[in-house]
Amino acid sequence: MASKVIHAIYNDDDILLNAVKKVRGKQYRIKEVYTPFPVHGLEKAMGLADTRIAITSFIYGLVGFSLAVWMLNYIMIYDWPQNIGGKPSFSFFENMPAFVPVLFEMTVFFAAHLMVITFYLRSRIWPFKKAENPDPRTTDDHFLMEVSGESNADEVAQFLAKTGAVEINIIDKDEDH
Amino acid sequence: MASHYEAPIRTPLITGDKTYHDISVDVAAPIEGKANKSWWIVFSIALVAFLWGLGCIIYTISTGIGVWGLNKTINWAWDITNFVWWVGIGHAGTLISAVLLLFRQKWRMGINRSAEAMTIFAVIQAGLFPIIHMGRPWLAYWVLPIPNQFGSLWVNFNSPLLWDVFAISTYLSVSLVFWWTGLLPDFAMIRDRAKTPFTKKIYGILSFGWSGRAKDWQRFEEVSLVLAGLATPLVLSVHTIVSFDFATSVVPGWHSTIYPPYFVAGAIFSGFAMVQTLLIIMRKVSNLENYITILHIENMNLVILLTGGIVTVAYLTEYFIGWYSGIPYENYTYLSFGAATGPYWWAFWALIICNLLVPLTLWVRKWRRNIMWTFIVSIIINIGMWFERFDIIVIDLSKDRLPSSWSMFSPTFVDIGIFMGTIGFFFVLFLLYARTFPVIAQAEVKSILKSSGDNYKRLRAEKGDDTPHYTEVSGTASVKKETEKTEKMSSEELSENDKKENINNLLSSLGTFNPDTQTADDLKKISGVGPVMEQKLHSLGIYTFEQVSKMTDKEYDLLDSIINEFPGRAKRDDWAGQASKLKNS
Repeated sequence: MASKVIHAIYNDDDILLNAVKKVRGKQYRIKEVYTPFPVHGLEKAMGLADTRIAITSFIYGLVGFSLAVWMLNYIMIYDWPQNIGGKPSFSFFENMPAFVPVLFEMTVFFAAHLMVITFYLRSRIWPFKKAENPDPRTTDDHFLMEVSGESNADEVAQFLAKTGAVEINIIDKDEDH
Repeated sequence: MASHYEAPIRTPLITGDKTYHDISVDVAAPIEGKANKSWWIVFSIALVAFLWGLGCIIYTISTGIGVWGLNKTINWAWDITNFVWWVGIGHAGTLISAVLLLFRQKWRMGINRSAEAMTIFAVIQAGLFPIIHMGRPWLAYWVLPIPNQFGSLWVNFNSPLLWDVFAISTYLSVSLVFWWTGLLPDFAMIRDRAKTPFTKKIYGILSFGWSGRAKDWQRFEEVSLVLAGLATPLVLSVHTIVSFDFATSVVPGWHSTIYPPYFVAGAIFSGFAMVQTLLIIMRKVSNLENYITILHIENMNLVILLTGGIVTVAYLTEYFIGWYSGIPYENYTYLSFGAATGPYWWAFWALIICNLLVPLTLWVRKWRRNIMWTFIVSIIINIGMWFERFDIIVIDLSKDRLPSSWSMFSPTFVDIGIFMGTIGFFFVLFLLYARTFPVIAQAEVKSILKSSGDNYKRLRAEKGDDTPHYTEVSGTASVKKETEKTEKMSSEELSENDKKENINNLLSSLGTFNPDTQTADDLKKISGVGPVMEQKLHSLGIYTFEQVSKMTDKEYDLLDSIINEFPGRAKRDDWAGQASKLKNS
């Protein structure tokens, strides 16, 4: 089935924010907003849920920390305990002060890298990925709101035209190819 | 409506009445333009230095560490000096982008990208030295916790040198990821402006297909914040651990409890000095004075003043404690009467003058806002911080507990060559970066333009804080219909007759070109006009800046209707304005 979306292009972040509020007020569905820089307050105006990526980072940090504890205990205490410079390795806790730097570094390493990888996968960005912003100006100084319109596409377009947009495009999307 | 209020007392961070599009143009300019002669000269010098260093490294590895000036007493010297010096320099970038982000310091945005690039390049240089010093760098993987062929003999996790391996590899990789994530939207901006398919392809790959969705931005900001939170203790830990290399030993002068905070302060001190050295040149060469203002330079000087003060206090403490202990060995440590008057007096005084005395001039506001003086001071600090590490390592080792083994160190050409080589390598990387990467975090800068741009500050001063920060679009936008599969504007394809008429209309208002009396200008000089576009303009009969400079909105529209490729481009790039400038020059 062919669906229609309307692209409203704005040239200012404040106008965009006002338009987003008006469109939401009319109960039209905003599919996506493309902006050249983070517009503060936009996710609230659009009603986006908070991102949980910081929580994943915390969990990854715990994973890294646990792995480091296991590794250090296995290598230094269990597998081959040595008396290095008169500092014998009797137990993990007695040796722990010497382990603090590596415990810390591994925690940070896991928390940072796995979080960034999660971000790339969730936002679907990676090398050789093709960009999906519908208009190249949206990385420069224009803001594009994509609103879905089925039977009432023209009505939505007329409404958007009055929200301060500089350009409105109605686009037929052929999804059944 | 979002409030863009910022206290009027704050100096604008972006000057020159910029718009969002101006920022894109200014940041893309060094990438899209051609390198000038001085760039090639500096690049060639750096490349030669790098190749010389590479030769010295190969000589060292093929012959042995004996080609260095090390001896039985001084068994660590330039290599570790250079290692610590480079790691220290590599502290400013993450400090600027992470610590200043947590403190919500907006002035970081003009400088964070280059500072982080500098960090990464500096840490690469630092990492070279321990690897070369191993003597057999192909066995470098032995520092990793993997069992060896004789059984499960592991690396020693009690050793600060192994902590270094973990700290520096974590620091380098996390800094790289932090930097690259911030680069994605800026690469995307370059990608979408690219004129040739090749650059479009390259920046498309580099940008990871960044599209700038609202959700992406939300995650982007959260990731930046969390990375900043992680990188802040990380950056402090790295030089702390480097200082442990010395502080956990029993050598007088090295065995010092204040080393961790003192080393971290020294690292930030030298790192900011290096940022100053590079950015003072770059803002001039790449025309970025509107983004890296005198305020940025002064703020960095204030950080230098603070960290330099901490370092000074540490020097005085070391000197006092060495004297107060009454132990004769302590009289030969790098901060002692013995050092100041002994055979290494010149190294001692180089340290005191460069790190302690010269930075004091920055207490004077007029001097820390003087770009030339700041540049000189930044180079002096870099020299001073190199001497600090040299003094710690060489002076402390030169007079150990057994007077019969007292010795001096003299570097060989290989020591000097490798050091020069890393400086060359560093500048090779930085110069390439300056021509191919967006050197200002333009997406971030755009987000503070309305609060901190001088034009918007003036607007608020004149019309009050609640005035709208935009000009209302007049009338309603026209609605266009498109089908995604077909080319853009296809619905508006014009018939041949319409086209001819439009061309006539266009030329009647721009004036015609007479090849007998006039000479054609190089239209490619107009930013936004490439060889293809120039040809198209020629086919319409447009050959001179004079003609282009007469274009108004009406002509732009006519042009768009004839040439469908880049609708709106001519107007956005202000061809007429550019052409009238070119015409007069």
